[in-house]
Amino acid sequence: MTSGILRSRRPIRAAEVGLGISITVAIIAIASAIPHLPWQLLKPLTSFVARYPLLNALANAAMVANFVALQCLGFIWLERKFAGWMQARVGPMHVGWKGLLQTVADAVKLLLKEDIVPTDADKPLFALAPYLVFVPSLLTFMVLPFTSAWVGYDLPLGALFVLSISTTSILGVFAAGWGSNNKYSLLGGVRAIAQLLSYDVPLILVMLSVVMLSGTMSLTGIVTQQEKLWNIAAHPLLMIPAFLIFLICTLAEVNRAPFDLPEAESELVSGFHTEYSGMRFAFFFLAEFANNFFSAGLAVTLFFGGWLGAGLPAAVWFTLKTLCVIFLMMWIRWTLPRLRIDQMMSFCWKVLVPASMALICAAAIAGVSH
Amino acid sequence: MVNTATTEQRHTVEVNLGPQHPSTHGVLRLLVELDGEIIVSCRPVIGYLHRGLEKMFEKRSYKQTIPFTDRMDYCASLNGNLAICQAIERLGGLQAPERAQYIRVLLCELNRIASHLVFLATYATDIGATTVFLYAFREREKCLDLMECMTGARLTYNYVRPGGIPQDLPDGFENGLNCFLDDLLKALEENDRLLTGNRIFRGRLEGVGVVSPEMAAAYGASGPVARGSGLNYDVRKTAPYEVYDRLEFDVPVYHTGDCMARYLVRIEEMRQSARIIRQCLKDMPAGEIMCKMPKIFKPPIGQAFSRTESPRGELSFYMVSDGTPNPARVHGRTPSFVHLGMLPAMLPGVKIADVIAILGSLDTVLGEVDR
Repeated sequence: MTSGILRSRRPIRAAEVGLGISITVAIIAIASAIPHLPWQLLKPLTSFVARYPLLNALANAAMVANFVALQCLGFIWLERKFAGWMQARVGPMHVGWKGLLQTVADAVKLLLKEDIVPTDADKPLFALAPYLVFVPSLLTFMVLPFTSAWVGYDLPLGALFVLSISTTSILGVFAAGWGSNNKYSLLGGVRAIAQLLSYDVPLILVMLSVVMLSGTMSLTGIVTQQEKLWNIAAHPLLMIPAFLIFLICTLAEVNRAPFDLPEAESELVSGFHTEYSGMRFAFFFLAEFANNFFSAGLAVTLFFGGWLGAGLPAAVWFTLKTLCVIFLMMWIRWTLPRLRIDQMMSFCWKVLVPASMALICAAAIAGVSH
Repeated sequence: MVNTATTEQRHTVEVNLGPQHPSTHGVLRLLVELDGEIIVSCRPVIGYLHRGLEKMFEKRSYKQTIPFTDRMDYCASLNGNLAICQAIERLGGLQAPERAQYIRVLLCELNRIASHLVFLATYATDIGATTVFLYAFREREKCLDLMECMTGARLTYNYVRPGGIPQDLPDGFENGLNCFLDDLLKALEENDRLLTGNRIFRGRLEGVGVVSPEMAAAYGASGPVARGSGLNYDVRKTAPYEVYDRLEFDVPVYHTGDCMARYLVRIEEMRQSARIIRQCLKDMPAGEIMCKMPKIFKPPIGQAFSRTESPRGELSFYMVSDGTPNPARVHGRTPSFVHLGMLPAMLPGVKIADVIAILGSLDTVLGEVDR
């Protein structure tokens, strides 16, 4: 008799809880240590850089790009672990401690892969598409306020900037779908455009309602305005539905289940990036995870008071809150089936858009009565 | 929808779904004509897995035909073993001892559960719920462990023999089986909460791929496809074989005829199979498991036909003997092949995502289609 038959389902081990706690502690420790590092030693360098605006901009851009790449490594590992735990398995275990370096190994593998361009593909478009998708998601990080000081560039019109920049990634998606010379890619691209454009409408409306209540479009302004009470607690009747709509829309914007139609594996093989391999594929992947992190961060900024919080350093609060939202998104992704295209569209236009319109009206009334 | 205009005039796109598509479950190629996201026509192209099994049957002795049936419906190979062994037994006028019959039924029902779990897993993945895949396969793993300690194999069992079965149940099997059935029922309940009641899942399946009872009968559908369309047809009830007439079980029938109905039939069948297995364990008499068989088996000249209910539908074998040690002709009537034939009639007008839902709900196994 094999022992496997009699084994009942595996309970959550103490080790796993320990792992979770230790990760949290590690994140807190690292983030708390950062302000206390001997930054003044870098003073000559920073003052030199600050003297030349172009150099300064380049340095800032490099930092944002590095951050995005690094957080993606962690995020992908986290997603795999979460998926594993939800699916009664352990996730990556072999490369590095608890599979921590698995993503690094995968990235190296992708770098070493042959760069394949399909015959009769539209070569310039095909080559350009991954960057058209990646650059907007990188740019959005520029205005995301990690703390009041950690902002790439504190635009007075941050919310507008985010909306307009993130929409341009549709171009890249369609370039990929069109340029691949593959019918599945084309279908995926067409779906992506329909989906991203439609879900942008309620997203914009919901963000507008937050902006109307805050009276500012600057993301740091929106956070500082929540000093007394987070938006979600200050106007619960308004902001809880707003957050839900926002969450649904961002799920659709970042192509995650139940809205992963543009890359629906069981229907379209891999959607618009079917033909991509190697580093170009990695850029799509990177953009997706960067978008994901950004959306979660934006949700925290708009509804959960951004970096505000007592006791811990501001950046830690921001990271923790963002991780919670990310966890919520992962939970949804690994639980729900996929919608059909017509169901998805009708849900957007018949439910989300009217609801967010009503929210705008309510926000206007609430704003007037203030 | 019938239109003689060419593809260009209709502004449609032809897409090959398969043979290397993640959702065709094997090497099936669907030549689909698309108008946007809507299917205009569909032509299934089969034969990628053709191995000439029916010819190979003729070149082997009767007992040697059994392993080939493993390779037909590989998700439920014991049911295939049983079907061909019944045909051989009828040719030679053999009768398996009662204990062997109980064990056969028990194993076939266990295999039905394993097969339906594969269906559940792959179908949920087709619809986009990836996690269900692992939950279903976890249960299937326990099922395969049991099968392994019974037969020595995990997929291609080659276990049933003409005239009985080669070995009795191993020690501790009953205990393990009971544990598995408890786990399975729990897991099915869990699945109902996770998947069956899910609004997105229901929205994807309800009213999609409707097969009317008339259409099901006209195409010769059987198994869960027929029962999902309201036809109360189960070979285990209409023409009982082995000891099915002594066992108590219900045949789930749903009348909506859509993908959801076919899904629900299979989920309910797993519960009924669990019921059957428990009865088999309880009622099984002691005694022989193999009847007397000659060293070289030469059935008299004649023909025989067996009918069994495989997880996919009515699986039959027709066998002709010319008095030599090899069969003169063998033909298998496989349910997947029949169900696949319904696709061109079911698909026009649906969305491309529904193709996957409909194809998955027919639960075809390509090894059985191509033979």
